[in-house]
This record gives sequence, structure tokens and C-alpha cells, in this order.
Amino acid sequence: MNGQVKTSTPWQRHWMAVVLIGAVLLAVPFVAALGGQAWVRIANFAILYVFLALGLNIVVGYAGLLDLGYVAFYAVGAYVYALLASPHFGLHLPFWVILPIGAGVACIFGMLLGAPTLKLRGDYLAIVTLGFGEIIRIFLNNLNAPINVTNGAQGITLIDPIRIGDFSFADTSTVLGVAISGPQKYYFLLVALAIGVIIVNIRLQNSRVGRAWQAIREDEVAAKACGINTRNIKLLAFAMGASFGGIAGGVFSAMQGFVSPESFSLMESITILAMVVLGGMGHIPGVILGAILLTALPEVLRYGIEPLQQAVFGRMIIDPESLRMLIFGLSMVLVMRFRPAGLWPSPQRRRELAESAN
Amino acid sequence: MDTLLQQLINGLTLGAVYALVALGYTMVYGIIGLINFAHGEVVMIGTMVAFTVIVSLAGSGMPPLMILGIGLMISVLVCMALGWSLERVAYRPLRGAPRLTPLITAIGMSMVLQNVAMIIWGRNYITFPPMIEKHIFHIGGATFTNVQVAIVTLAALVMSGLIYLVHRTRLGMAMRATAQNPQVASLMGVDINRVIAMAFVIGSALGAVAGCMVGSYYEIAHYQMGFMLGLKAFTAAVLGGIGNLAGAMAGGILLGVIEALGAGYIGQLTGDFLGSHYQDIFAFVVLIVVLMFRPSGLFGEREGDRA
Repeated sequence: MNGQVKTSTPWQRHWMAVVLIGAVLLAVPFVAALGGQAWVRIANFAILYVFLALGLNIVVGYAGLLDLGYVAFYAVGAYVYALLASPHFGLHLPFWVILPIGAGVACIFGMLLGAPTLKLRGDYLAIVTLGFGEIIRIFLNNLNAPINVTNGAQGITLIDPIRIGDFSFADTSTVLGVAISGPQKYYFLLVALAIGVIIVNIRLQNSRVGRAWQAIREDEVAAKACGINTRNIKLLAFAMGASFGGIAGGVFSAMQGFVSPESFSLMESITILAMVVLGGMGHIPGVILGAILLTALPEVLRYGIEPLQQAVFGRMIIDPESLRMLIFGLSMVLVMRFRPAGLWPSPQRRRELAESAN
Repeated sequence: MDTLLQQLINGLTLGAVYALVALGYTMVYGIIGLINFAHGEVVMIGTMVAFTVIVSLAGSGMPPLMILGIGLMISVLVCMALGWSLERVAYRPLRGAPRLTPLITAIGMSMVLQNVAMIIWGRNYITFPPMIEKHIFHIGGATFTNVQVAIVTLAALVMSGLIYLVHRTRLGMAMRATAQNPQVASLMGVDINRVIAMAFVIGSALGAVAGCMVGSYYEIAHYQMGFMLGLKAFTAAVLGGIGNLAGAMAGGILLGVIEALGAGYIGQLTGDFLGSHYQDIFAFVVLIVVLMFRPSGLFGEREGDRA
């Protein structure tokens, strides 16, 4: 793989890769649009999940803190956007005002949860974060009385799309002679955000903080003995992950135009965690791969299973929805069975695993 | 006063069920350190199997208690087999893998079991046929039924059986040894694989019993019921100190009582600001508060951070 064999022109190869990836990224929304705007939306969700998974990767992959309630921060970001840019309260703030607010509020929630609980050992932390996620969801579901804050289970509708000046992300417009639809605009926005979070991830990995996280992940006692303020550093990871979740939530809100507590179930947290672990914890390309695969697989199965059953049996034998989830679960089990470190683990982790196996 | 007594009785019933399910989590966690997310689904399968057996025997003219007994037996056997196969097929190949790997497998298995159940039993709520005639007893201003008495009694019996097994038999000794240190235990001649498999089998049997109880208490079942039940039971196990059997029992009963009391009194306490639909948050709020002050749970041993 890359980096193991040093050739004389590594830069040349990297530039080739960058150009290639750029071309693919540029082509995806237009190719997907051939199959209908629904496929562009699926591509959008894939990128949104890449963003979320990379945010969670900071917490789980780098700092080694098992967070099963990540979706809580995503929900906070989504509701902040929904409340500040919809007819629900009659507020229509522009998105660049809301997005930082959403990130900030999510960050505060992250610290509120993290400060008292980060001293817990691994699995205790997992269950506390899980509980926190459920608490947030239950509150979102029920805060419609006595004061209607979240509009309960019905959720908030008619959320403003992202708008920059007169350029709205909701409708089709023509740029340089090419018609670009709403979902396609969001696609490019999401790609830009995802590239941002990838850069943050890469920079963090090689920074002082990143090394401190790695030290904590490997051995917390030793890290403490080396003079790392483990509490603050862990809290930083938690708060950062939460802020990214908040930003993703805001974009989700604007893109959908509708939020309800249903979108923020525990299953969602688990799916995001599965993306991180399945792809290869702590390894950026792996996490991206995991996020894309786990978003695409259910959709491909959705469109593939019905015709397949029709073709093989001539009628529907098994409810396609449950068969879809069945295959999804089964593939998670199988990947973990045959690639325990994830589909594309970092070279370093693979080495460590090989060593511990000997 | 009447509400207090009534909610205590209801909480005790619910708590007995939580405790049985929590034992399944805690036994597996205590021995191999895995959060077996699929355990809630095993409980659900237990309820569903019991339902099928009871419905198919309902017209046979057998005495109702015998039908219930047969339903319970078959459901326990099916769940034991299920627990064993889960361990054998999904978890055993992953021993020694990174810590999060088996967790994802467990989540995957839970999705598989849920959807298999949906394919077999359908996506609608299924109603249990009432097998026992309900008697209602009165104490003070509160009431309870013979079903509740049966649930609490059966749970107490099963738990005493488990305590006997763990503390008085060779298998129990092997289990405790493995929980303390698997390597050393295997050097002393303990068959680790068998012990781990037995932890899954026994945990699943307890889960099946709990599943039958839930079915006969609420008289309905659903393919997704295992999820929340499992979550609460796991919370109970952590509350008591995970890996600790007595802790799981105490945690389960405590959680049941707290939930019932919370649901009964929350309106009164907050001046009707929060209603009883906040019932589900009690489990988690209590958990967070307890862990803030006792990071290893109520009865967990205080151990140092292990490298």
C-alpha cells in the first residue's frame, strides 16, 4: 500500500490521485442524477455520514473513548438550525450565523456530558453516552408541552434552505451553462465541508494533541505519568467530536427541510460507530470507505432485492425491508469476522495486531 | 400512600424481569468483557417462541398451567441453543480481536435476530392468549395479581439457583476463576471455551425465562421489544457494577422500582411540567448520577485502571 514502498516520485503519484479523486467527486452528482435526484440525495447522505463518521473518529478512533450517543450532538445541531430558521418561532437567521451557534451549543452539550463522566472506564462511558443520547431524544419527543419548544414527535417543518445572498440551495439554477439542481448544490457544499473535516483530522493526527490522544488510547496511566493532562485532553476530543456533530446536524436540517426525533435514534449512533469501526478505526481513508459503504449498501439492497426476488421466485417471498436489514446486519458480522481491524485499517494498527498475534 | 405502595409492587415485578435479563449481560461481561448487544434479542425470541407454543397448544385440552410450563421449557431450550450458537459462530472467532470488533458483531447479530423474528412472526404486535385466570389481591389501597406473584417468585427461585450454581458447583468455580484471569484458569485445567459457552447458555436461559414473564405480564409481544428491554437491563447491570451477579440483581430491582416510582410521581414533583411519558429517562438519569459518584457501579469493586 501507500507509504510502504518509497519510490523516487511519491509526489507525482499523489497528484495523480488527487486529480483522479477530484474528477470523480465532480462527476458523481451528474452521473447520479441520470438515475434520478433520489440518487443525488443518497450521495449527499453518504458525504454527510463521511462528515459525521470523521467527527466520531476523533472521539473513538483517536482518543479511544467509546461514544454510543454521538447522535445526540447531531440532534442538537439539527434542532438549533431548525428552531432558528423556520416559521416555528418565526426566526429566519442566515445559516452562517446558525452553523457556529449549532456547533457551539453541541460543543457545550459535549462538555456538559463529558466533564463528569470522562473519568469512567471504557464500557461505563459507553453506556453513559448511550443513556445521554436517549435522554436527548426523549426530551425532543416530549418538549411540546407545556411550552412548545420542539413540536414533539411531529417535528419541525418548513425549515429554510441554506441561502447565500440571492443564491438559494433549494432550487435549480444555471452556472456556466450547466443546470445544477438543489441536491447537487448541497452535494458540493457537503464535499467542501467533508474536505474541511478531513484536513482537520489529518492535522490533528500529527499534532501534539493527536499524539496525546494516541498515548491515552494506548495506556491512560502511562500517558498521565508522562505529564499529559488526561482530563482536559479527553474533554477536548469529546467537545471537538460534538461540534462536528452539531455542524452536520445543521446541514442535515437545511437539506431535509424537516427534522423529527425519529431521525436521532440510538440505531443512528450505532450505525455511525459501525462506519468508523467497520472501515478501520483511526484511519481516515478507512473511515471514509466505511461511511460510504454503510450508506450505499442499504440503498443498493433496497433497489436490488425486490427485482431479484421477482426474478428468482416470481413473487415476493420475504418482506424486502426486513431482508434488507438482515443482510446489512449479516454483512457487519462477516466483515468483523474476516477483517477484525476493519476493511482498511491503518498500517500502524495492522502492524500492532500482527505483533500481538505472535 | 396508595400510589407509593402500588408503584413499589409494580416496580418490584418489573425489576425482577430486569434483574434476570441483567444477569445475562453481566455473566458474559464478567467473563469475556463483551457487551452482548444481542442479548435483548435473545429475550425477545424467548417471548416469541413461548407465544407460538402456547397458541398451538391452547386448543389441546391440556391444563393451562401445563401449557405455560411447556411453553417456558421449550423457550428456554431454544434460547440456550441460540445463545450457544451465537457464541460459537459470532464471538468465538473474534477472541483476541480489537475491543470494539465483537461489539460491532453483537450489534450486527442483534439486527439479524430482530429481522429474522420479523420474518417469522410479522411486524405487528402479537397478543398472548390469557392462560391463567387473573386473581386480584388487595393490600391497603394497592392491588396486585397472581401473575405478578408468580413472576417475582419464579425470578427469586431462578436467581437462587444461579447463586447456587456459581458458588457451589465445579462449573461455577471454573466460571469465577475464568472471570478473574482466563490465562491462569486455563493453566489450572479449566476448559475456557466451555466456560464461556456455558455463560452464554445460562444467560440465555435466564433471558428466556424473563421473556416469558414479560409476555405473560404485558400480554403482548413485538419483534422490537428486546431492544429497550435489553438496554434497560444493561443499564441495571452497570448500575449494580457490571460483572457482579448480586449487583445485577440489585441493580435490576432498583431500576424497576425507581422507574415505577418516577413514573408515578414525576408530575407531582415538577408541578406537571414533566409528565409520565418521561418514564424512560429515569433509568439513564439515575445511571449517570450513580456513576458520577461511584464510577464502578453501586456494588462494583473499585479497581485501578488496568493497563
